[in-house]
Amino acid sequence: MNEQSVATPKTAEKPVIELIGMHKWFGDFHVLKDINLQVQPQEKIVVCGPSGSGKSTMIRCINRLEEHQQGRIIIDGIELTNDIKNIEKVRAEVGMVFQHFNLFPHLTILENLTLGPIWVRKTAKKEAEEAAMLYLEKVKIAEQALKFPGQLSGGQQQRVAIARSLCMNPNVMLFDEPTSALDPEMIKEVLDVMIELAEEGMTMLVVTHEMGFAKSVADRVMFMDEGQIVEQNNPHDFFDNPQNERTQLFLSQIL
Amino acid sequence: MSEKIADTTAEPMKPPVRNVGVYGWLRENLFNNWFNSLLTLLILYGLWQTCVPLIRWAFIDSLWFSSAEACRDIDGACWSIIPNNVSFIFFGFFPDGQQWRPLLAMLLLFALVFYSKDRKHWKRSLGVYWLLGLIVMGTLMHGGVFGLPVVETDQWSGFPLTLMLALFGMVFAYPLGVLLALGRQSRMAGIKTLCVVYIELIRGVPLISLLFMSSVMFPLFLPEGLSIDKVLRAQVAIILFTAAYIAEVVRGGLQAIPKGQYEAADSLGLGYGKTMRLIILPQALKIVIPPSVGVLISAFKDTSLVVIIALYDVLTTTKVTLSNPDWMGYSREAYLFLALLYFVCCYAMSSYSRKLEKELHTGH
Repeated sequence: MNEQSVATPKTAEKPVIELIGMHKWFGDFHVLKDINLQVQPQEKIVVCGPSGSGKSTMIRCINRLEEHQQGRIIIDGIELTNDIKNIEKVRAEVGMVFQHFNLFPHLTILENLTLGPIWVRKTAKKEAEEAAMLYLEKVKIAEQALKFPGQLSGGQQQRVAIARSLCMNPNVMLFDEPTSALDPEMIKEVLDVMIELAEEGMTMLVVTHEMGFAKSVADRVMFMDEGQIVEQNNPHDFFDNPQNERTQLFLSQIL
Repeated sequence: MSEKIADTTAEPMKPPVRNVGVYGWLRENLFNNWFNSLLTLLILYGLWQTCVPLIRWAFIDSLWFSSAEACRDIDGACWSIIPNNVSFIFFGFFPDGQQWRPLLAMLLLFALVFYSKDRKHWKRSLGVYWLLGLIVMGTLMHGGVFGLPVVETDQWSGFPLTLMLALFGMVFAYPLGVLLALGRQSRMAGIKTLCVVYIELIRGVPLISLLFMSSVMFPLFLPEGLSIDKVLRAQVAIILFTAAYIAEVVRGGLQAIPKGQYEAADSLGLGYGKTMRLIILPQALKIVIPPSVGVLISAFKDTSLVVIIALYDVLTTTKVTLSNPDWMGYSREAYLFLALLYFVCCYAMSSYSRKLEKELHTGH
């Protein structure tokens, strides 16, 4: 691993996410092998790699949608263990955006957004709705507030999903291939929202194949293959001067 | 290029008209070739042969409000059996002169059900109304206060008994079934095994055997002197039985919810209880409206099985009426009436469920 070549983080604060020697198996299959990662506040990291390389699994471990079997995961000073209270605390602090949006189809857009604040944060309904409308405006979709998810396009749904996460005031946002399920003409509207979010200083960990996004937004780009972080670097060096031959092969295939 | 390119300025086209009016429809669907024409004619002949005598029997040659003697001389239906025995068919052995009480209780029940139909009324106050309603109904049926003579439950019979067994059967079986379904999906092995064993055991035996056990075997296990009301025991048997079926139906609905819904709820930090209550169950229960109404409808009809433990539901009171020498031989009329009564109740349930489904549809 080329830890030396990694760009020094902007700030030397305590990392928001810390993975130390993390391993995970699905049955006998070793999906994640000795993952070590530190994410500093406000850092934007893009994770890429071939399918089956473990990148989704890694970020799903961070909010415990998957359980790791060895090593440590520390989010904002809270270590993920079997303690369900800790897990719920971490989940409330970490926003997650999924490939298939996973909006709640039986609730309106507004209800989707206020559900977390009302039931987890115990915010008053009116206050939660006001905040939700602000976030809906931010993702430019406020006029759809009273519709149901099924009535929206994929791009709109994904923007709602981002707003839903933001309503919880997360410290970190995880994106698991947020544009992979979208029609080409809708990818941009979602990426624009993500870029705006990045500019505001949100800490982001993004699994994506959108290399344009990686080049313009990421502080660090990571390449994963066969459950390992093979290479990581600032986007400039990562794309122009990849060191590892697996990275070179991958980049030559997708660019 | 010779291919035509889309003309973007053209007028919007209407779909082609294939058949016009009744005549067109008839030609298209009933007489479009010689074989179909023959079939149509044959079926029309069959309908003529069966429906005309049926209508003559039921409406033209029939008597509606006569005495039993008058019925002996006619060829048609003797509907008079119903009005002449209406109080026994509906209220059975409830003491004469007191039958306004079950009637009032039933009307109150219908009013409550009717009020509950509207989703706008699904608030906390609805529960309060039901509780008050049940207390009033119970008081009316049992009596013992306000100068009402006491009527023991073994005299409760007829339609109120049917309705009571069915309604409480459904109302208590449904939540129990949901809990069992959740238990069956639980990661805790003990709870899971318990639920699986319960569901499979209950579903493995007929309702009749449960009713028998509740009335014959169960009292044997009770200490001397302690007895539990017979109607109550039958009621519990029906609840336990229906719950096992509801549980499996609900489990089907739970399995239809994509994993992503659980993950999205988890990633918001909702715990298990809130995830189930706010995200999973509302969707799962909506999916299973049609099959659960099926279970509830058959539970309603199965209440007639309580006859084997000597409870007189509306089917049994009708049978008793038919054993009266005056009215013997009019079972067709009596059972047709009963079928209509059951049909009205069951159809109301199924059409309400369709309406509810439509209202809850959110376009996904």
